[in-house]
Amino acid sequence: MTDLLYSEEEEALRAAVRDLLTDHCDAAGVIARAESETPHSVALWKALADGMGLAGLLVPEELGGQGATHREAAVVLEELGRAVAPVPYLTSAVVATEALLECRADDLLSRLASATAIGALAVALDVAAGTAYQVVRFENGALHGELTGIADAAVADVLLVPADDGGLYAVDASAATITPQVSLDLTRPVAKVVLDGAPGRLLGDAEPAVRRALRAGAGLLASEQLGLADWTLTETVRYLKERKQFNRPVGGFQALKHRLAQLWLEVVNLRAAARNAADALSRGEDTDVAVAVAQAYAAPVAVHAAEEALQLHGGIGMTWEHPIHLYLKRAKADSIAYGTAGAHREALAELVDLRAP
Amino acid sequence: MMDAEELRRRTRELLAAHPPATTDRVDFLRARFDAGLAWVHYPEGLGGLGAPRSLQAVVDTELEAAGAPDNDPRRIGIGLGMAAPTILQFGTEEQKRRYLRPLWVGEEVWCQLFSEPGAGSDLAALGTRAVREGDEWVVNGQKVWTSSAHIARWAILIVRTDPDVPKHAGITYFICDMTDPGIEVRPLRQITGEAEFNEVFLTGVRIPDSRRLGEAGDGWRVAQTTLMNERVSIGGMRLPREGGMIGPVAKTWRERPELRTHDLHQRLLKLWVEAEVARLTGERLRQQLVAGQPGPEGSGMKLAFARLNQEISGLEVELRGAEGLLYDDWTMRRPELVDFTGRDAGYRYLRAKGNSIEGGTNEVLLNIVAERVLGLPAEPRTDKDVAWKDLAR
Repeated sequence: MTDLLYSEEEEALRAAVRDLLTDHCDAAGVIARAESETPHSVALWKALADGMGLAGLLVPEELGGQGATHREAAVVLEELGRAVAPVPYLTSAVVATEALLECRADDLLSRLASATAIGALAVALDVAAGTAYQVVRFENGALHGELTGIADAAVADVLLVPADDGGLYAVDASAATITPQVSLDLTRPVAKVVLDGAPGRLLGDAEPAVRRALRAGAGLLASEQLGLADWTLTETVRYLKERKQFNRPVGGFQALKHRLAQLWLEVVNLRAAARNAADALSRGEDTDVAVAVAQAYAAPVAVHAAEEALQLHGGIGMTWEHPIHLYLKRAKADSIAYGTAGAHREALAELVDLRAP
Repeated sequence: MMDAEELRRRTRELLAAHPPATTDRVDFLRARFDAGLAWVHYPEGLGGLGAPRSLQAVVDTELEAAGAPDNDPRRIGIGLGMAAPTILQFGTEEQKRRYLRPLWVGEEVWCQLFSEPGAGSDLAALGTRAVREGDEWVVNGQKVWTSSAHIARWAILIVRTDPDVPKHAGITYFICDMTDPGIEVRPLRQITGEAEFNEVFLTGVRIPDSRRLGEAGDGWRVAQTTLMNERVSIGGMRLPREGGMIGPVAKTWRERPELRTHDLHQRLLKLWVEAEVARLTGERLRQQLVAGQPGPEGSGMKLAFARLNQEISGLEVELRGAEGLLYDDWTMRRPELVDFTGRDAGYRYLRAKGNSIEGGTNEVLLNIVAERVLGLPAEPRTDKDVAWKDLAR
């Protein structure tokens, strides 16, 4: 039966991650790093992955992982979303890990779990599970081609590359040319990957691995979006209780109260949808519908929450110093990542038999 | 402590002593009440056993499997959902013993005499007066939007008993006998053509003081219990996927491909997702209640369903095209309950318009969420310290 609540262990995990983020991921630091050559926070990743062992949540214990489920990974992502943390958690510990689990690539799973390597699936971030993706050419035992929009490739040690022979190959990042693209979301940057005769090791069939990886990515992205929306709402409510105009706290004006109450309702609904997707992924039941529902709902809510936060903060919301812009950029990028809401609705039309004309 | 095993045993005893197949419906329900299996969280002797509320499901599952009759909770919804918890919390022992059993069994239907023509969202502005004469109160005034008044035996009633104090302080709560002289129920025909609601005129109605609930002048606090129960009653339901209003429109979509358009498809999918998410939120709320950690989600459920019901039923009318131009029946009827599924899309569309007004308008509920859940500053009130009789009207 679906369990939509958080267990005590999950709440303890949340508290631990939140504490760590309070110490290692303040908004000013994220903003400063976003403009630098190295937008990812290596120190934070080390603390999360190495210190707390969170990179291996989905990896079985015998391979050095935690043998936990998507429910726990979802809680971690809620907290990372709340902090717009610039770490490759979703891309390496969820998406790349799921692809490797499908291929049973035990050695790489161990490396990812122990945080000795960061993995990136070399499929553009906007691709939804079950739809077409770009592949590279496999010729004489080497890979040739160019892939764009690869999230977190800049910090990856190993790329998981689909090729035109239907295989998924592990490529050492040092054998590829990785060029950062100028990204809308500064905290989850995308890059161009060029392979010019790079050696690759065949892991297995690309299609099932990519499908599984992108489905898990979409499903757990909803938890990141939940954390993001929750932060923007909480922060906006706090600000509107303090900020005064016309000799009254701005939060006392009905027009604004109703907008915040409406947003609260959306966030409450998003929590149920995100929990349902995480639970479905962990049990392997009703997964396709649960993920499609979560993504069709989550993206517009997260964007709406960030846009409302910006508007309700007034002028300060438009500044570079205030972190709202990080949340808006992440929310907007998330609304495209692993398939748009529209793509997921289209998938649902088939899944629940509500076909197009 | 009463556990699931003990409740199951008692339920089977009840079924053995009163086999549903050969027992009269009302007799069975009375026996169930007397066995403490009506609402297990109520006290012993009042239809319960003081057990955790979450264990009711154990009893219900056993009884349903045995084909036992239920007490038609939809028809007696106001009594069950609003009058009963208020009587339990504020009633005297004598009142609890007199009213709760026939209420639960469904032998006596209840209605709620709260709203007035001049007191809807601002309910505490109500003007129906009651003046004490010895052991009785004499009531004069008018109530409105009263569901079930035409079939009700009893009513919960709030009236003004002290006009010299601010509006919230001068209200008293009574149990009113709907068969008493001076009570006139007039059907109020609605947008749907039927008269599900009524106007109720009270002229010189005499209510004995023994039917007062709570202290004189403390009726607003008593009414809060009623209103809170009214709003949370929606969240406890367990719905399957497509269990709500989205069900009929999804069915029509599947069965009538000739009606489909691309525009309607996009809107349908969006609403389907929202209905599924609202269902999950309701389920999450239910799981929280069972786990003994009620969340604030309940405050928002009514808002979500009101909007969804309106949008989905509106879409359904459009989907039906030429048929959407027709209506099933404008005959003035007086139904005992709202029947959403037994009527056509047009009826659902028109009736759903009331979902954002009844039981608290969307605007009032949004204020409640903003103030009580988010902690935002309350609306400024100019009538707070003014005696009711001095308020501008």
